[in-house]
Amino acid sequence: MSGPALLSIEDVVVELPTPRGNLRAVDHVDLSMAAGQALGIVGESGCGKTMLSRAILQLLPKKARLSGRVMFDGQDLVRLNPEALRKLRARGIAVVFQDPMTSLNPVLTIGTQLIETLQEHLGLDAAAARRRSAELLAAVGIPAPGQRLDQYPHQLSGGMRQRVAIAIALCCEPKLLIADEPTTALDVTIQAQILDLLAREQRRRHMAMILITHDLGVVAGRTDEVAVMYAGRVVERAPTRNLFKHMQMPYTAALLAAIPKLDAAPHTPLAAIPGRPPDPTRPLKGCSFAPRCRHVGEQCLREKPALTPADNQGHCYACFHPLEIAAGVST
Amino acid sequence: MLGFVARKLLHLLPVLLAVSLLTFLIASLLPGDLAYVILGDQATPDKVAALRHDMGLDQPIWWRYLGWLVQVLQGDFGRSFRTGQTVLQAVAERLPVSFELMLLAELGALVIGIPLAIACAVRAGSPFDRLVTGSAFGMLSVPAFLSAILLIYFFAVELRWLPATGFVPFSEDPLGNLRCFVLPALTLALGEWPVLMRVLRSDMIATLQEDYIAMARAKGLKPSRILLVHALKPSSLTLVTVTGINIGRLMGGTVIVESIFALPGIGRLLLGSIYTRDLIILQGVVLCVASGYVLINFIVDMLYAVLDPRIRHGHA
Amino acid sequence: MATLELELAEEIVASPARRTRRLGMLFWAAIGWTVFVVAVAILAPVLPLPSPTDMDMLERRAPISALHWLGTDALGRDELARVAYGARISLTVGLFAPVIGLTIGGALGMLAGYFRGRFESFVVGSMDVLLAFPPLILALAVTAYLGQSVLNLTCILGVLGIPAFMRVARASTLTLARREFVIAAEALGATHARILIRELLPNVALPLLAFFLLGVAVTIVVEGALSFLGLGVPPPISSWGSMIGEGRESLEVAPMLAFVPAIAMFLTVLSFNLVGDTLRALTDPRQGAL
Repeated sequence: MSGPALLSIEDVVVELPTPRGNLRAVDHVDLSMAAGQALGIVGESGCGKTMLSRAILQLLPKKARLSGRVMFDGQDLVRLNPEALRKLRARGIAVVFQDPMTSLNPVLTIGTQLIETLQEHLGLDAAAARRRSAELLAAVGIPAPGQRLDQYPHQLSGGMRQRVAIAIALCCEPKLLIADEPTTALDVTIQAQILDLLAREQRRRHMAMILITHDLGVVAGRTDEVAVMYAGRVVERAPTRNLFKHMQMPYTAALLAAIPKLDAAPHTPLAAIPGRPPDPTRPLKGCSFAPRCRHVGEQCLREKPALTPADNQGHCYACFHPLEIAAGVST
Repeated sequence: MLGFVARKLLHLLPVLLAVSLLTFLIASLLPGDLAYVILGDQATPDKVAALRHDMGLDQPIWWRYLGWLVQVLQGDFGRSFRTGQTVLQAVAERLPVSFELMLLAELGALVIGIPLAIACAVRAGSPFDRLVTGSAFGMLSVPAFLSAILLIYFFAVELRWLPATGFVPFSEDPLGNLRCFVLPALTLALGEWPVLMRVLRSDMIATLQEDYIAMARAKGLKPSRILLVHALKPSSLTLVTVTGINIGRLMGGTVIVESIFALPGIGRLLLGSIYTRDLIILQGVVLCVASGYVLINFIVDMLYAVLDPRIRHGHA
Repeated sequence: MATLELELAEEIVASPARRTRRLGMLFWAAIGWTVFVVAVAILAPVLPLPSPTDMDMLERRAPISALHWLGTDALGRDELARVAYGARISLTVGLFAPVIGLTIGGALGMLAGYFRGRFESFVVGSMDVLLAFPPLILALAVTAYLGQSVLNLTCILGVLGIPAFMRVARASTLTLARREFVIAAEALGATHARILIRELLPNVALPLLAFFLLGVAVTIVVEGALSFLGLGVPPPISSWGSMIGEGRESLEVAPMLAFVPAIAMFLTVLSFNLVGDTLRALTDPRQGAL
């Protein structure tokens, strides 16, 4: 699926001053996606994927310094004036946060939180907004939507709350939806339902979606393209199928291997990745993954590898010692 | 819930009883005699003895207390021997004035404190924030009578915009009535706003860091709506309870202000009874005010429970 | 209106410690003023000041001059001397009344928090009764009955402070009494008295001291209010409060008569509040870390 890029992230760097030094959360990232495309961003905690999403949303903490361009629909969001940026929200870019218990206001009803968005951006009157809200709740699979509108978030279960958050995100028909670890705070049994809901809505509305997660298994079958991040950089990017079939990065392979498999024998030890991600206030000279990589070589310690294409189907990786792995993945 | 209310009431009654006892004891530990005071310069030993017998002052103290208590429970707080008014009449006359003062003062404190708190919370840590917070701290060191002097000097003496003293009943002239309350209410409000501002500011700073505020921004809502609806509401709990407690506290504070600005309220009634040694009024007013204080604290406790259900299911 | 700009939490979380450093200059200025005022109060009789009671009817409400550094009041008395001698009264009541609250209230609070049970309920209940009276009204009523004098005033204000000190002491004791070092002392066979005095008292003393300083500020204000109304210290003794009350009569002609003692009182109250508040900010988090 290609076409003119809806979202184009160009050489974005996000730095945060901390008492211990300058923290580089996002380190020269380039990404682009077309309208209607689903992109997965995968990485460990602290790899910068959330900061990247905040950079796109222009919701960074006040102290953060951002350089680079974030082009959305032909406009550079970084240089856009605040009022224009505000109008762009909900209709241009919408977001679903990780924990619906904290992302929904506990003292306002579900209805209020939906209706206010509709009234702000679509100019609906109260009655029309209320009708539309009930429709949205039904569309995301919430029973008795009319009643729910007058309830408070704490009266719903975790899965339902996230459905509400998704309804809020979708209510103004955004061109791009960013889902930041949408299922991490939910029960395992509900996770698949929510993810499927997201994927379904994405396809139905031809909406671009960025699905951020630490779990490679989540993006399989639900995204068109996957970008793997490590220590603030994109280290591998490929159409989803290709990624799983022809993994190039030792890190990606390690991520995949770390997923517990349903059909593995009992008591199979989890293949965890040894070591920890580098301290972001003290960036390494060479490849950031080098201290933990089994295939590490001389060059890896000296230089940072750049993203190089593996083939002409859009698969890139950043490694001096890429692998050729055919992984059998059960989605 | 009913059990909670019952428990609190049970706790309340002994306190009220003790308050009445304390009030009575203070009144009875007179050096010098009520009878002497009443008779004034007509006092002779015979007349004093006769009056004392009439008034039952030669009975043992615990008997007198019980007698007084029974009277009080029947609604008879006594009668001023100077004006002839019953205590309840005198209190009922003055209470609305004090109430009006307290309400206007609290309103003024909120009008000053809430916008400042919001403005500071949004700019937390900035020079503006530090200035306002510092002023709030400094304001707490300025007692009511000092503020009153300052306000009188500037507005009544220098600028002559507002009257320094005087009172016009509301029924006669609403606007004039309110004019009389501006300086007194402002005096009290200046003392109350720092506490309210600090409480709301700290709650709002915490609230503004919550995820649902980031979510509200992500939804592209107007900043004013985010502040006033999404942020203010969850931050208001402490403010509401503190306001409630304050109104009770203000009951003591009105004494000074009513005296300075010559407002005919409960506080001035009390002071008047001290100046004129009208001890029956004094005793009755103290009992009324103290009981009112206890009741207001009781109501605030109830409010706590309504607002936070965890309290209902009791920790001891 | 610009979009919301939010500061990171770091700045706010860091502020308690930073506040002490930022108050560094203010803190020392407050200490300086307090020392100065107390010194003036103690040394007033030996300082080269005119007598505060000498009336000079020809020089009433005089402005600042070489003879009278702060002018004279409505009866021709030297204002500077009056402020200095007024400090003696205001500070005497202001310092000694909270001492009563500190000793009695502190002791009651520690005992209540340590022994718990019915004794504690009784103490807390009686304090509730005392707290049921709006303080100013109780002070007024009692001075009305007992008569005005510096001693009476100090006693009643001291007694009014007992519940607050009791609460502070009790709260501290409750958190400390369950700590290991107390249980260890018990296990070693220490008597109650020893535990209270050797183990608990040093730790309770710090918050009590901070509260004491705040209590001084409050007492100076309450005494000032009472004297302002003429119901505090008996004339002709004057404290800052009564000076302000008298100065009120001359607001139109000589506002300085009210403002000078007012400024003195404000600075003193502010200083005690600053020092007390700083100490409280220092001792509270430390209590948690114990």
